[in-house]
Amino acid sequence: MDKSIDLINQRIRDGSARVVTAEEMPAIVAELGEEEALSEVDVVTTGTFGAMCSSGAFFNFGHADPPIRMERVWLNDVEAYAGLAAVDAYIGATQESATREDQYGGAHVLEDFIAGKSIELRAISRGTDCYPRRTINTELRLENLNQAIMVNPRNAYQRYNAASNSTDRTLFTYMGMLLPNQGNVTYSGAGTLNPISNDPGFRLIGSGVPIFLGGGKGMVIGEGTQHSPGSGFGTLMVTCDMKEMSSEYLRAATIHGYGVSLYVGLGIPLPVLDIETVRNCAVRDEDISVDIVDYGVPVRDRPSFRKVTYAELKSGVVEIAGEEIRTSSLSSYRKAREVAEELKDWIAKGSMELTLPARKISSQKKAMPMKETVHAPRVLDIMDTRVISIGEGDEIRTAATRLLKGETNHLPVIDKAGVLVGIVTTYDISKAVVNPSKGNLVRDIMRTRVITTSPEEPVDVAVQKLEKNNISALPVVDKGQHVLGMLTAMDLSKLFGGRWLK
Amino acid sequence: MKLIVTFSRKAGKKPIIAQVVKETGVLINVERAQIDSSEGEALIDVPDESCELVRTRLEELGASVRILEDQIELNEQECVDCGACISICPQEVFSFGEDWKLRVDAKRCVLCGRCIEICPHHALFRKSEG
Repeated sequence: MDKSIDLINQRIRDGSARVVTAEEMPAIVAELGEEEALSEVDVVTTGTFGAMCSSGAFFNFGHADPPIRMERVWLNDVEAYAGLAAVDAYIGATQESATREDQYGGAHVLEDFIAGKSIELRAISRGTDCYPRRTINTELRLENLNQAIMVNPRNAYQRYNAASNSTDRTLFTYMGMLLPNQGNVTYSGAGTLNPISNDPGFRLIGSGVPIFLGGGKGMVIGEGTQHSPGSGFGTLMVTCDMKEMSSEYLRAATIHGYGVSLYVGLGIPLPVLDIETVRNCAVRDEDISVDIVDYGVPVRDRPSFRKVTYAELKSGVVEIAGEEIRTSSLSSYRKAREVAEELKDWIAKGSMELTLPARKISSQKKAMPMKETVHAPRVLDIMDTRVISIGEGDEIRTAATRLLKGETNHLPVIDKAGVLVGIVTTYDISKAVVNPSKGNLVRDIMRTRVITTSPEEPVDVAVQKLEKNNISALPVVDKGQHVLGMLTAMDLSKLFGGRWLK
Repeated sequence: MKLIVTFSRKAGKKPIIAQVVKETGVLINVERAQIDSSEGEALIDVPDESCELVRTRLEELGASVRILEDQIELNEQECVDCGACISICPQEVFSFGEDWKLRVDAKRCVLCGRCIEICPHHALFRKSEG
């Protein structure tokens, strides 16, 4: 029999409501059956604790005397957005310090405020008749702010794709350190405890619904940015007064090679109204699957190695192409459990009542990619199409002559079929002259590990290859490894004249 | 037992670790080594019972040897038990316990420093000797 929200709230007030976590629910449903679980359980609590970059807070600092209209604001040297009236600002979690770079950022300011620490405010203004003051410098604690309201545009991802790396070098991504040649798999998300995974149809989660956010009692505003439930990636925009929060549930972080982020603890209580709620809340790690995507391919729609469930990811090992690969989580399951347990405690004690959504969130929407009207330059736009190459069986002398004639420093080496097999540079040839013992043919001195690019590759990706490998040229090859041209540091200068814009 | 062996290469490029293995018959595992033109440092793992034998012979051959006492340490206040360190550790030092709490088996650590660099919460550090 269905239950009303009023009945559930009545039980919460009485202290008779039966509250369980989403992790406990599958076993309860399996044991009691759906009907019995419906009458037995009143509220299911969910929880997640992970890096949520799209977070931040609005502050109101109060007016100084004489007053200032702050145009630019820094908190502990982290710039906050101040294009809002006179003494309001929004600080984003990933904004980095002007002096300490990725070791301190907006996330750290948020955590420090919550931990009761003092934060230095600096602001400048051009001065007006009503706001004559031009600079201000003061120390503030959370209690000194009129408002400190966290508003996180995109939190609580329904699930998140796992990551691995097919290239032969280590990558540092927002999914953590990815070892070469599928050396590890990283993932994020609470699986069975995830709020949206327990209500994928957004029947219970919507605007105005009370939540646990960073240890405080917050609320769902509505759909999050990039909300894409139609493809299984719903998100939420959420808010909470920072003065209620605890640094147990809100932690700043630095993801090496990527930047600052904020670990947020978020949980949503779900009222068990009907059989469908029971079914949704019986979701297990085995039922939630994501792709393991290849971060070695720097495009928006990265290829997938395979599908995998949270149960497999959490087991510590997954298989890719017959090989067992260790997994690492970036979110904390222990903390996610703590969130769900704390929320359970609140409700069991009667300190939080539930509401149904004041406005529904779409369960069908899909996020669109960016519309790009000016395409990023590709290698073919600026590459040198002259192909000056050398055969692997040619003499080093011949290579030297060709380098001089072609006024270049890099010679791709090709075999009889015209396929790229190596590269020699003026440096390699100078070395061969000084130390002639290696032989006198190109194949004796060439480097066989050649980093290449393709005509279609965005120039920014090719530049990343040049930088990471500390080299100054890349042979441009087709799919069959035939050389089509060269991309050198010289060619990059063409970008500045805008000549690639045909 | 893990030993840190430092040696100068100025006296020539003598393969002293190989020589000690050959002479003593003790199987030594080189877990980490950094060698440049003038000096080198290797972290070796030696069975406890052969430790003194290996140590003495290495010292006779001109290396200086000390027992590795530095360890990787976890600051439990900063750690949120995310587990980012687990799959990147070459020595499998880290794992989850039953309650999803991070377990650290510091004895396996060879102090490569990878986890210190990547820990999102700066919760791992090298505890100095003494």
